[in-house]
Amino acid sequence: MLRLDCLRAVYSDMGNCLVVTIMGATAAELHSLGHRPNFFYLQHAMGLASSTGLGLALCLSDQQIIVFDGDGSLLMNLGSLSTMARYRPGNLVHIVFDNESLLSVGGFPTATNTGTDLEGIARAAGIPTVLTVRTVEDFSSAVKNALDRKQLTTIVAKVEPTGPAGYVTDLSLVENRFQFRRYIQSLKR
Amino acid sequence: MPVSLASSKAIFDALKRCDVRLLSALPETWLVHLIRMADDDPETILVRLAKEEEGVGISAGAHFAGVKSAMLMQNHGFLASINGIVSFAHLYKIPLLMLISYRGSFGERDPWQTQGGNITEALLRVMGIPYSILDTIENVEKRIPQAQTLAESSLQPVALLLTRDLMWEE
Repeated sequence: MLRLDCLRAVYSDMGNCLVVTIMGATAAELHSLGHRPNFFYLQHAMGLASSTGLGLALCLSDQQIIVFDGDGSLLMNLGSLSTMARYRPGNLVHIVFDNESLLSVGGFPTATNTGTDLEGIARAAGIPTVLTVRTVEDFSSAVKNALDRKQLTTIVAKVEPTGPAGYVTDLSLVENRFQFRRYIQSLKR
Repeated sequence: MPVSLASSKAIFDALKRCDVRLLSALPETWLVHLIRMADDDPETILVRLAKEEEGVGISAGAHFAGVKSAMLMQNHGFLASINGIVSFAHLYKIPLLMLISYRGSFGERDPWQTQGGNITEALLRVMGIPYSILDTIENVEKRIPQAQTLAESSLQPVALLLTRDLMWEE
């Protein structure tokens, strides 16, 4: 399963969601499908995409938040699973693209390549709904179900360790950040 | 426990007057009253963290949402947050109001706090983070809104160091 195909499969479902992605291939691939002002790409600070999603979810209970995390990023901030589980906002869907690799720095295997089970960790942390998917069809239905169910969900999507040739886009980091905040503020008017 | 209730109340009231609606916190002795006040206040969203760096992401999310926030942590929690501060708050121009208990400074009895105390101010300076030392209750009412205002206008992290003189009643 390719991450790009997963993103393409749910792209049309995210029109009204606030989307936070991690750095590297995930950000570049979502951007390549067509940037929207409701997408924020956290191009550094590995591990904090899920925390950012949690902050958004707790402050904007009537908005649906989607976080695209990765195995390398989540492994840097496993405590975030316990914090998300503690507050379990029903408007947060946490998707982990697990390619078992630190792809953007040369493809070194992460601990999920040697047996660490992120689904098991998320479940044991107390995330109410956790599942692993391995096909685009299952991914798409898991995301749609999570959006409908209104319960904090972690979806571990096992994907190939491949990505685009480069990661830099024409969207500057601060431009993205101001655009994203302005988009959210416009929803309140 | 001789943590100053009066100072804790003054800090909490000042944060409320600044319209701070979300507090992230990791328990630390000097902050117990503050955390309890946040927990008891139905208007305040208290986020109890596993590690302080999470608070940078949570405050960024709150900022995007248009909600003012503050981080309550010990100076060792500031040390644990440095990558998040640099590669999120600085990189993306995110305002952070950081209330940091200044452990390991003059009067510290716990040996394990002393190394962090040595380097706290030097790190804030080298990171270019504006900071002020809060050591009397008289300064709390004014300095907290000043710090919050600077964080919002400059879109960057600003720190207040809460000292032993402020937080601890011998």
